[in-house]
Amino acid sequence: MAGSTRGCDMPERSGAFVCASARRAGDRASVLRRILRFCRAKPLGAAGGAIILTMLFMALGAEELATHDPVRTEPARTLDPPSAQHWLGTDYLGRDIYSRLVYGARVSLAVGLASTLLGSVLGGVIGLLSGYAGGSADLVAQRFMDILQGLPLLVLALVMSAALGPSVPNVVVAISVPIIPRAARIIRSSVLAIRESPYIEAARSLGVRHLRIAFRHILPNTIGPFMVLTTAQLGSAILVEAALSFLGLGVPEPFPSWGRMLSISAAEYAHKAPWIVLFPGAAISLAVFGTNLLGDALRDVLDPRLRQRMS
Amino acid sequence: MRTYLLTRLLIGLLTLVGMSLVIFVLMRIAPGDIVDMIFASAGYVDPAAKAEITKEIGLDQPIAVQYGRWLRDLVQGDLGKSYRYDLPAWQVIRPRIPISLELALLSMAVAVALGVPAGVLSAVRQDRSIDYLIRILSLAGLSMPSFWLGMVIILSLVWLLGWIPSLTYVSPLEDWKANLLQFLFPALAVGLRSSALIMRITRSALLEVLREDYIRTAYAKGQREWVVIWRHALRNAFLPVLTLLGIEFAFLIGGLVVTETVFNLPGVARFLVEAILWRDYPVVQNLVMFIAIIVIGMNLAVDLLYGWLDPRVRHA
Repeated sequence: MAGSTRGCDMPERSGAFVCASARRAGDRASVLRRILRFCRAKPLGAAGGAIILTMLFMALGAEELATHDPVRTEPARTLDPPSAQHWLGTDYLGRDIYSRLVYGARVSLAVGLASTLLGSVLGGVIGLLSGYAGGSADLVAQRFMDILQGLPLLVLALVMSAALGPSVPNVVVAISVPIIPRAARIIRSSVLAIRESPYIEAARSLGVRHLRIAFRHILPNTIGPFMVLTTAQLGSAILVEAALSFLGLGVPEPFPSWGRMLSISAAEYAHKAPWIVLFPGAAISLAVFGTNLLGDALRDVLDPRLRQRMS
Repeated sequence: MRTYLLTRLLIGLLTLVGMSLVIFVLMRIAPGDIVDMIFASAGYVDPAAKAEITKEIGLDQPIAVQYGRWLRDLVQGDLGKSYRYDLPAWQVIRPRIPISLELALLSMAVAVALGVPAGVLSAVRQDRSIDYLIRILSLAGLSMPSFWLGMVIILSLVWLLGWIPSLTYVSPLEDWKANLLQFLFPALAVGLRSSALIMRITRSALLEVLREDYIRTAYAKGQREWVVIWRHALRNAFLPVLTLLGIEFAFLIGGLVVTETVFNLPGVARFLVEAILWRDYPVVQNLVMFIAIIVIGMNLAVDLLYGWLDPRVRHA
């Protein structure tokens, strides 16, 4: 009996079972259609998506897009204003700001994405298991999440990164830890709702193992809240990375990250050369703005509670 | 009510104990101990002197004993000693508290003063151009790093007025006008983010309330629009706003960490950063606990206030 459900694991929201194999054939076309529909319904969200894609493109093609070596210093050309040669000017060591911004996108986005994914996946699994198991396991997990949420995000990340020491992987860990409780809360609450659905009861009465129910039957249905969560957290992860690097506890030299470009030492030259603080800050704000636009639109589309209220 | 209060207090206490464990462990993982740091600058290290200091700090004791001692001191209100200043930590921290508190309160005031009216306007004119403008501006406010906003504010002041607020701290007892002027701009940098959040939650709460029957009744009675909105609707839309205020007040501390650095204000949050950079771990440990107590206490206070303000919650 358990075998007969294997092909039709995931019920559509309407309740009708659609076989995975039949679905897969039309997958690519329907994904494209859904993206197009999303763009038409949520132009602001689409604009946010476009901003993020542009930034990702910039990060991936940094070698081609940069005009200078991002770490090479030019003592003769310090604090040059924007010009034909240095599009966005140079910093206090004579490094080209445009090239550093392009390479900085790589570091800032990579750290932001990696820490968001790490934190959301860890938190998501905790939320899934504790929500599904319920009882005392859930209670213990919840109290543990309380502890992690008892500090402002930046303060926890700050202490974590100080304790772990400056390196790129450590910064990723430091930023991801405060994300864990937030992810766990959101996934847990949607698991609690799904757990009571008739198809879970059906799976349970068929004798499907608990872990399999949690990961194969419940997890796919939390993808909506999960996507909303990760886009929202990506913005805050980029902001935390910027703040850590600004304070000198983030990504170490020589990697140019946007926050590092705004560090305290750079700020001292700001009144002489405003471009050294204006452009990196604008890049951070634009990237976070993009994730916020996209996150808001995704929430409107994917959050079933909001959808019910609208209809 | 009493059982609820007791449960909440117990959970809060449990969270704090858990937090103390996490911080204690983190400070033990941190590379280099205080003794190394103290002697790093000296060059020649006399092993006897080093051993003596290790003993004085208590680092020669087992970990569990160290943890127990720390908790005991903390409960007794002894915050230990700052090794950088060679003074009791409390003496260094105390004069800094009013500075951070003033900045936090002013930021909150800025956030409410900007956020609530913007949220009301946005909800009342839902889906008009002013609504879209406010929503986009609030998203932009959420997207800017507060320390960068601080730098931009300083730069614009220089550019527009050729003037910046004093970068050395002015006590309000000496000159309250200069003090207020000095705190207003950092408060703006910190408060803008919170104001964006407040605007969003005011808008959505108000939109929900505006659909209620009693609002239609109020309009039907012939009440003027602003009376309906400010007197009838906002009162019931205020609970979610209040919850957010409580959470945000605690989380403002995160914004203070960077903003106090940008504006060179000698507050507690900046002291935390300095202590971390100087590896003055006893101070870091105690300051982080201090922040945790504020955050957890604030959440508790908001929940209790909620029950007090809304009879529906109280009886549930």
